[in-house]
Amino acid sequence: MQNGFNRRSLILGAAALPLAGTAMAQQATITGAGASFPNPVYQRWGQGAREALNLQLNYQSIGSGGGINQITNRTVDFGATDAPLSPAQLTERNLVQFPTVMGSVVLIVNLPGVADNTLKLTAELVVDLFAGRITRWNDPRIVEANRELRIPNLPVSPAYRADASGTTFVFTTYLSRVSEAWKNGPGAATSVQWPVGNGARGNEGVSNAVRNTPGAIGYTENAYATVNRLVTTQLRNKSGRFVVPDMASFQAAAAQANWNVPGMAADLVDLSGDTVWPIVSPTFILLPTNPVADRVAGSRNTMRFFDWAMRTGADAARRLEYIAMPEAVQAQIRASWTAVRDPAGAPITF
Amino acid sequence: MSATITPMPSRNMADARALGRRRRLVDQLVRWACLAATAIGLFFLASILFTLIIRGVAALDLTVFTRTFEPTTYGDPDAPRGGLYHAIMGTLVQTTLGTLIGTPIGLFVGTYLAEYARGSALGNAVRFVSDVLLSAPSILVGLFVYQMVVLPMGGFSGIAGSAALAILVIPVVVRTTEDMLQLIPNTLREAVVGLGAPKWKMVTLVCWRSALSGIVTGILLAIARITGETAPLLLTSFGNNITSFNLNSAMASLPIAIYQQANSGFPDLIDIAWAGALIVTFGVLAINIIARLLLGNSK
Amino acid sequence: MSDSINSTMPPVVRRKVGSFGDRLFEAICRGAGIFVLLLLGAIILTLFIGGLPAFREFGIGFIWSTAWIPAEGREQYGALVPVLGTLITAVLAILFGVPVAFGIAFFLTELAPPWLRRPVGTAIELLAAVPSIIFGMWGLFVLVPVVQNYIQLPFGEALGALPLVGAIFASNNFAGTSIFAASLVLAIMIVPFIAATMRDVFLTVPPVYKESAYGLGATRWEVMKGVVLPYTRISVVGGIMLGLGRALGETMAVTFVIGNANRIATSIFDPSTTIASVVAMEFPESLMGSVKQSSLLALGFLLFVISFVVLAASRWLLRSRLK
Repeated sequence: MQNGFNRRSLILGAAALPLAGTAMAQQATITGAGASFPNPVYQRWGQGAREALNLQLNYQSIGSGGGINQITNRTVDFGATDAPLSPAQLTERNLVQFPTVMGSVVLIVNLPGVADNTLKLTAELVVDLFAGRITRWNDPRIVEANRELRIPNLPVSPAYRADASGTTFVFTTYLSRVSEAWKNGPGAATSVQWPVGNGARGNEGVSNAVRNTPGAIGYTENAYATVNRLVTTQLRNKSGRFVVPDMASFQAAAAQANWNVPGMAADLVDLSGDTVWPIVSPTFILLPTNPVADRVAGSRNTMRFFDWAMRTGADAARRLEYIAMPEAVQAQIRASWTAVRDPAGAPITF
Repeated sequence: MSATITPMPSRNMADARALGRRRRLVDQLVRWACLAATAIGLFFLASILFTLIIRGVAALDLTVFTRTFEPTTYGDPDAPRGGLYHAIMGTLVQTTLGTLIGTPIGLFVGTYLAEYARGSALGNAVRFVSDVLLSAPSILVGLFVYQMVVLPMGGFSGIAGSAALAILVIPVVVRTTEDMLQLIPNTLREAVVGLGAPKWKMVTLVCWRSALSGIVTGILLAIARITGETAPLLLTSFGNNITSFNLNSAMASLPIAIYQQANSGFPDLIDIAWAGALIVTFGVLAINIIARLLLGNSK
Repeated sequence: MSDSINSTMPPVVRRKVGSFGDRLFEAICRGAGIFVLLLLGAIILTLFIGGLPAFREFGIGFIWSTAWIPAEGREQYGALVPVLGTLITAVLAILFGVPVAFGIAFFLTELAPPWLRRPVGTAIELLAAVPSIIFGMWGLFVLVPVVQNYIQLPFGEALGALPLVGAIFASNNFAGTSIFAASLVLAIMIVPFIAATMRDVFLTVPPVYKESAYGLGATRWEVMKGVVLPYTRISVVGGIMLGLGRALGETMAVTFVIGNANRIATSIFDPSTTIASVVAMEFPESLMGSVKQSSLLALGFLLFVISFVVLAASRWLLRSRLK
């Protein structure tokens, strides 16, 4: 696996080198910040790019809100966010937005005696658990939906993201879609006022919090649940079926994506379909359309990096349980990069 | 009319003895309580060091010092394991620069307080301000440097991080310099001036030299303090996964690397975070012990 | 340079060359002192100016508002939750820490055999040197599970049901991260500072007072209670306030273990947040010039004011010790 990845990337990298334009003897660096959702796959791609593109990636996983902020302030080369910006915001801040991978948000619980993917939760139950309306796990409604399980009588401890997070945005979008009360209450945003529970930093922090607290329930990007061997739950989707969070149900949602929307912000939350996982989302990169002179190289190298990642990084993405962009969408993404222009007004090519 | 003063509160020997027993009992209880309090303090120190050693040593090997950051090996077990070289270098650079900037300023302020401004209003104000800076929340220093350096520069940088650390160094050096200079007896000063030396030579060639080990102790304590600071660096040098000595761009540091990897959610990175915590703590403790020995020798 | 040769001449006559050097040197020293003054002024000013828009937007009510709604379009921020969290954790840290610090100081000055004093004193001072992020990690990975598994889960509900004091403990949070955990960590962090100050201050009591008391047959505790403490009372309070000032500003240790909830804690087992913690968490994400960033700067300013007041009070009380 490792060799195949390297050989392919070496060949493609060798082909890409003449295109590198201002190829430098030392390694070029690009700095990005933002979502923790795709952090594992960006770091893995960055590792490969060192040999393939002679490029070093410094990606800081500080949360989607941080990513949006840093790129708006132009203190980094690119920002990463799961919460897409609206067309108005993109224009106002001179940013172009494109997706890189799709991932899913899963629910994690810590209930001794309950095995992975056995607990069945409906949308209403999830809302009530996070709203504080259900305070103990042996609540009749949960027991009712899970007659074959022995659920311990523990207090419910919700865990949420304390930092401004795209994962929170995706999850609260789901909650707002399935519950009018949630929509009018905390609402959907990268950061909301949670009625109950404890806040932790990053997908990582939430995973930690759930792992250490019996009776905890949290939401996190799928990879973090898998690597920490946390217990995930089934969810009932819009079509009324209970689905298990696996690649098949994620792919079922991804297949329905409509990318012909402003900012390529395809909406994959709470879709219909028997096998569809209800909380799937693309994650986006934000690039300035008007980089200043000494950031032009950074923008160019960022596009080089993601171009290479789209062509060669699907394997790495899949191993980390993300869904790569289909070919057709890749073409659309490359087309969107013509909006990135240097101070003279010419499109930046690589 | 004249009352005889009875030395005992009661005329009854039995009562007196009982009172004596009670007083001794109270004394005994308090002694045990104080012993317990000390034991509690030592217990927590031991717990922290123990945790660091147990968790840190497991991940501590030469690669932690020599390899730079690599992402988690989850999903790709043949991938190379990373280390903290980038963070160690970043901390060395920023700590050195911060100390180099802050120490002279602190030295001159401490000298001012001890030699020129004892009792004056300006001196009291400066001393007060220095103490406020010493105990001020370090995150506010980070906010300040963000507004003044990061935003105008358009990005995070090692120089901003060094500036924040320098601000934290100054009050420590001020305090120790002033204390050490004040220990020098005035007779020495008078003797030097009496020999015809100008005041500035008296201060620099004589006072500084005789207070040298104390001043060096202060510098060491300042270094120990800034090596462990995280909050101000979060807002100024931001962290970097690449080994970089470029002061104009973001720079890694040990506390930030520890913070990020501990929160990363991946067990192999968390192990490296513990190794980093071990390095930082024992480094800081070693500096403290050396400083203490130096101070002990100077007295 | 050689005007001391002739013994009939007065010793010191300032020469022009030395005079210039002296003036220059003094100017440098004074300049450095003024620089420090300006530095503090700049910090205060930056925080104040940065925080003004928040006060303009929300009025003075910002200080006692409990809102913290970051959702776009409905943004509203208030300082009460972080301010209360800061004050409560710091006060609890003092409550937990001062008795222990006193015990250590008493032990080190009176009770310990001389050969034990230096090593134990050094060990306690080393506790002060441990960086705060280490306290945060230790707190999260060691202390919080202990609080959760040995206190909250077994006793939480029983404690909450107690008649009068139950309200302090009644909580539906069982995650371990809480005001209680944060106060404990803070207490451990400030114990060395308070203990060192107390010890230094206890040692300044003139031995003759203590010896007189011993001569009358007083026990060690009675000497401490009746002689040492009254003599050093003011400085002891000053030392405690120094510890309080430290606890107010602590960031990393608290962020890891307090639970980061923007809600007022009604029980010590509830999660909450402090000013330093919310700034560390949310500042990197706030947009330059946004009302959120301004609110965070305003919070920073409030923290500065609180710390400043406490530190000034502590210095006032310790002034007799200082000089």
